Amino acid sequence: MTELQEVSFDDIKHLVSERAISGENMLLNMGPQHPSTHGVLRLLLELDGETVVNCIPDIGYLHTGIEKNMEAKTYQKAEVMSDRLDYMNTTGNNLAYVMAVEKLVDLDVPERAQAIRVIIVELQRIASHLIFLAATGLDLAAQSIFLYCFREREMILDILELCSGQRMMTTYLRPGGLWRDVPPEFDGAVRDFLKIFPKRVDEYEALLTKNPIFVDRMAGIGILTREDALTYGVTGPILRASGVDWDLRKARPYSGYEQYDFDVPVLTKGDSYARYLVRIEEFRQSVRIIQQAMDKLPGGPVRSENRKFVPPPRSEIGVSMEALIHHFKLWTEGFPAPKASIYSAVESPRGELGVFLEGDGGPKPYRIHWRTPSFENLGVLPVLAKGHFVADLVAIIGSIDIVLGDIDR
Amino acid sequence: MDKKLEPILHALQEKFGGTLEEFRDEAHVFVKAEHIVEALTFLRDKHDFELLSAMTAVDYWPQAQLPFGESPRFHLVYQLTSLAHNLSVQLRVQVSGSRPEVPTASGVYAVANWREREAWDMFGIRFTGHPDLRRILMPLDTEGHPLRKDFPLGYEEPQFTFNFDEIQLRKPFAQD
Repeated sequence: MTELQEVSFDDIKHLVSERAISGENMLLNMGPQHPSTHGVLRLLLELDGETVVNCIPDIGYLHTGIEKNMEAKTYQKAEVMSDRLDYMNTTGNNLAYVMAVEKLVDLDVPERAQAIRVIIVELQRIASHLIFLAATGLDLAAQSIFLYCFREREMILDILELCSGQRMMTTYLRPGGLWRDVPPEFDGAVRDFLKIFPKRVDEYEALLTKNPIFVDRMAGIGILTREDALTYGVTGPILRASGVDWDLRKARPYSGYEQYDFDVPVLTKGDSYARYLVRIEEFRQSVRIIQQAMDKLPGGPVRSENRKFVPPPRSEIGVSMEALIHHFKLWTEGFPAPKASIYSAVESPRGELGVFLEGDGGPKPYRIHWRTPSFENLGVLPVLAKGHFVADLVAIIGSIDIVLGDIDR
Repeated sequence: MDKKLEPILHALQEKFGGTLEEFRDEAHVFVKAEHIVEALTFLRDKHDFELLSAMTAVDYWPQAQLPFGESPRFHLVYQLTSLAHNLSVQLRVQVSGSRPEVPTASGVYAVANWREREAWDMFGIRFTGHPDLRRILMPLDTEGHPLRKDFPLGYEEPQFTFNFDEIQLRKPFAQD
């Protein structure tokens, strides 16, 4: 067996300054086992005293070959892997995937399914932002916010469990609709959450927004200019905190987002504090969207009637020969998709979550590529970290809200 | 397809001799590898495509093994977005399998730096002029490029009582 290779200094010599080569500046590993890197992220830091001169991210510790694995499964069966990408936004990944499949095979989705999808995904967005708030607060030694955020996140996970039987890896959204309709308790559970949550957001704000320690640690730290944000491909709340009004839910409405009235918070400062404020405001906007979607939730089926792509309900199989054939064909062979490629994107809590999907006429994806927002958002970290203290780097990593499963795929 | 996109596609076809494919309201323009940097710069500066949304590759092995030596085995895909005009266009570059080399776009979009490292890591496509072409996701001692179609997915054979010993013999174990 060949010897295990480590990054040698010669490999990264072109990325550090002269002073690091001569030994005046210190090279320090941060991670992969570091609590505030939000997963297994390794940063190689070049330090001049306490100041970061260069920051070289080293990723891939969570690489599981999801893209390769999905190529070996049928379109239905590949979906379970999409949950495992960004494990803070599982239903959002499902939505990106099923929308890509629906676009490739040209499949319609009933209105009720679209509305429920919006509710579920917006709940997940709140849950994901809660994790951001909890983890960032904890990194900056505000421990109580961590517990409060997890308390509210638990309510959302309970709703997901109610619908799908799973707290996190739900695979609730399916090509052509949903796995099944929401249970009768769903309405009450979501309305309870909507009643409580806006007050809780005010509580978080009371704890942090004007807290002098928190503001000192966040304001003016890690400033990202509009130009840098665009050339580094940054999207989502980070881009909006840098003064770019771009939200796919508004710009290219999907799944019926055009029916709902909501605002896209945009700030211009581009520092960690602005990123925090944008996400806090997104809590409130998500609540508005869910409220409207709940109020005008249409009735009707939650799965497409197109039996060539969507399995028939269990009750039909016993009485209809055709349903039995469809059931058998879909679960053994899968459905074919045309020999063509599409790109479809949704707005995940972290930014543009895109799926590049190419079919080859058979029942398996020929190539699937996940354009995951955290990958680009981490790519800009060397720019943000330059000239800040190591302690501030922790605040910056928190504020860009990365998920390593999303980066490494 | 969006009406606003048509003049841009015409310009691309005229300037760079690109061929156009359309599918489900998406426009895919094929350009030559030597023109890709120029084409990306043109789209960014003249038509406000500020964002390189996604960049990836597709491997067409073994179908693409034409009788000629220089078969375009790979396609590189550049998905561009214009925030100002709310438009999208996809550029595609055909890359030969025997000598996969494409000029780097990291000078045009900074995000291409990491995306090209990923394409090198996963497909073995070299980007000439790239400032930092190292593996990004796979460990440094990986042999081969995993997303190529000739790279096996790999699995473990299930062992049952009747064939346990037989499989045990040929099972690959880590050597020390």
